[in-house]
Amino acid sequence: MAEKDELSAEVKERLKTEYQKPWRQELRRTLSVKERSKIPRQKMPERPAEERIKDFGEVNLGLETEAAQMEAKRCLDCANPACVKGCPVSIDIPSFVKLIEIGEFVLAARKIKETNSLPAICGRVCPQEIQCEALCNLKKATGVPVAIGNLERFVADFERKNGEIFIPSIPAPSGKKVAVIGAGPAGLTVAGELAKKGHQVTVFEALHLAGGVLVYGIPEFRLPKSILKAEVDYLKRLGVEIKLNFVVGKTATLEDLRAEGYEAFFIGTGAGLPNFMKIPGENLIGIYSANEYLTRVNLMRAYDFPRYDTPVLKGERVAVIGGGNVAMDSVRTAKRLGAKRAMIIYRRSRHEMPAREEEIKHAEEEGIEFHFLTVPVRYIGDEHGRVKAMECQRMELGEPDASGRRRPIPVPGSEFTVEVDLVVVAIGQSPNPLIPQTTAGLKVGKWGNIEVDWSTMATNIEGVYAGGDIVRGGATVILAMGDGRLAAASIDEYLKRK
Amino acid sequence: MAKIVQKKKLVPNIYLLEVEAPEVAKKARPGQFVILMPDEFGERIPLTIADWDIKRGTVTSVFMVVGTSTAKLAGVRPGDELPVYVGPLGRPSEIDYFGTVLCAGGCFGLGAIFPLARAYKQAGNRVVTFLDVRARYLLYWEEKLRAVSDEVHIISRDDQNLPQEYISWRLKNLLEQGRQVDRVHVVGCTYLMSSCAEATRPYKIKTIVSLNPIMLDGTGMCGACRVSVGEATRFACVDGPDFDGHLVDWNELYARRKAYLEEETHSLCHWQARVYEEEAI
Repeated sequence: MAEKDELSAEVKERLKTEYQKPWRQELRRTLSVKERSKIPRQKMPERPAEERIKDFGEVNLGLETEAAQMEAKRCLDCANPACVKGCPVSIDIPSFVKLIEIGEFVLAARKIKETNSLPAICGRVCPQEIQCEALCNLKKATGVPVAIGNLERFVADFERKNGEIFIPSIPAPSGKKVAVIGAGPAGLTVAGELAKKGHQVTVFEALHLAGGVLVYGIPEFRLPKSILKAEVDYLKRLGVEIKLNFVVGKTATLEDLRAEGYEAFFIGTGAGLPNFMKIPGENLIGIYSANEYLTRVNLMRAYDFPRYDTPVLKGERVAVIGGGNVAMDSVRTAKRLGAKRAMIIYRRSRHEMPAREEEIKHAEEEGIEFHFLTVPVRYIGDEHGRVKAMECQRMELGEPDASGRRRPIPVPGSEFTVEVDLVVVAIGQSPNPLIPQTTAGLKVGKWGNIEVDWSTMATNIEGVYAGGDIVRGGATVILAMGDGRLAAASIDEYLKRK
Repeated sequence: MAKIVQKKKLVPNIYLLEVEAPEVAKKARPGQFVILMPDEFGERIPLTIADWDIKRGTVTSVFMVVGTSTAKLAGVRPGDELPVYVGPLGRPSEIDYFGTVLCAGGCFGLGAIFPLARAYKQAGNRVVTFLDVRARYLLYWEEKLRAVSDEVHIISRDDQNLPQEYISWRLKNLLEQGRQVDRVHVVGCTYLMSSCAEATRPYKIKTIVSLNPIMLDGTGMCGACRVSVGEATRFACVDGPDFDGHLVDWNELYARRKAYLEEETHSLCHWQARVYEEEAI
């Protein structure tokens, strides 16, 4: 659960001021709490499973206007909105939801953008069920929370579709240059926030498109690239410069950039180092890291091969190892590429799966097989070095481990073999080592993660901040954005002091 | 976007590509590579850096046409722009004084071995360069390599009536004669590298090979280029491309390089058909 102990005084004040506005008071009186609680949660329209598994088009279609306003009516506009505590970037949720209720969709979008510059993305990929929606007071009363995520998506899409993207007025240039390393969710957030403060921001990105995991990892059917592009274009309009094909640590080191006049740095290079299980046969052809599989399909567009030159192996019997969002993305991608059997192999049970509830539901609808309490122990290849089978072992759950989830324990003698011709290993990533390796004196933890002061996101080197997966290991887009917001505020302070 | 400064056919099927990339040129070291995309539909492919010029702000590679990407690349013209040209990637080669260093190169490796020979020479080594070509007319950069080598041996197979000789055989002969070699560095096709590593294995001469598995991002993010070296799995893009040739699992590398043979053939046919169609119109 992402619940913060307490909201900051500043956030509380902001929420209270909005709560007390006359229009809000009036709106609260139009429907009783009881009436609001009786409205059923509006269903997200989605394409039927049999249709959507044939292409890479988006699964969710977005709420219609009436449905969105009906959903907004369900919000009780609580005096003490617990939902905000569940949001890593403290969006004023009641305000934007109530703006939807009165039909002020563009104002609602701007309200979100006060604290979150990428709402169209968060509305699609945040695990709302363990964040804002988990704490919704309506959930406590009825068991069914307000669909905050779907509403966030609705207003962001409305704003974009109606060409009403609001460009805030930018203060006079501060004359300070900031280098943001990595154009993923953390870096893009920092860039947007600092550009709005008048700093000159350059984002350095190793790949040929901006977005980080949003572009190479998350598939089109969950986050269309056009949405990401719109968000990146918005940053460019704020004055952010994006330098693609530039590997900090190789093309230039952080210290080289300092010599070029950059005064502050944000490292958001992500968890770009795939983990493997180190079991026999893992280097056989047909065994991919999830990073490679998804990068081939998403960034390099292998789903459109041979129009695009990059190929991807298409399995008939595909096993995806893992139970997180990346595993769900991989297995659903395999299904769309024509797999007859697309299987999730997960060592714990359904209850412990870290994937978003909606992704699991969609995967189930699409005919994905789930094999729980199962772990591969070795891969078997054919005479050409291609994987043809996988030996698995059954697990049972023991005592909870450090993550609070029950620890899987192998059942002796339970080995069995499954025929596979493609395996995707989606068991997590470690922080990318390029920057730590090439930045003298930068303090890292035992997993290679950059160590920061969590109250400011400052590293041990002056003027150098870090956030997202390079600090956390594999986490979520919204936590990366939360880090980015905090780091941006600290960098702004630092530059003012300087 | 990176502008093509020069593209030249060196010998049949082997081309030189000089690209404007001042930032890459400034940082380039022997043994490193770049990743490029020939056009927006293309693959990301690695090319070893064969030379660079900080003043001109350019980086040069030599490549052999084998598939769609290199066929596309062979068709670029000066002034054209590559959508992706990123580097320098990989760890630079370990350059030091070792004594006598034998540099061996074949096909594109004649170009790629050049900065290594030059660096070993500058470090005070006696540099013996072995160049492998199927036939004499496929030899290029001979003068350039002679300028940085103490000895140059050309191994070619022009006369089909003579026993067919490869670098590894010549290397074996040399070592059997008791010639002192302190280090061997091989750049070229997988066969050239693995056979040279086998030739030096009995003599325990450190043999560095510059591996060229299939890559994608080139920054350690995907693991496409993983190779078994000794007991460990290593990523050629960030842990290499140089490895100890005596520790590499060559069979695995051969297999993994062929992972997409079918798709590569399909892709090339598809692209050639499109080119012919366009030319017909």
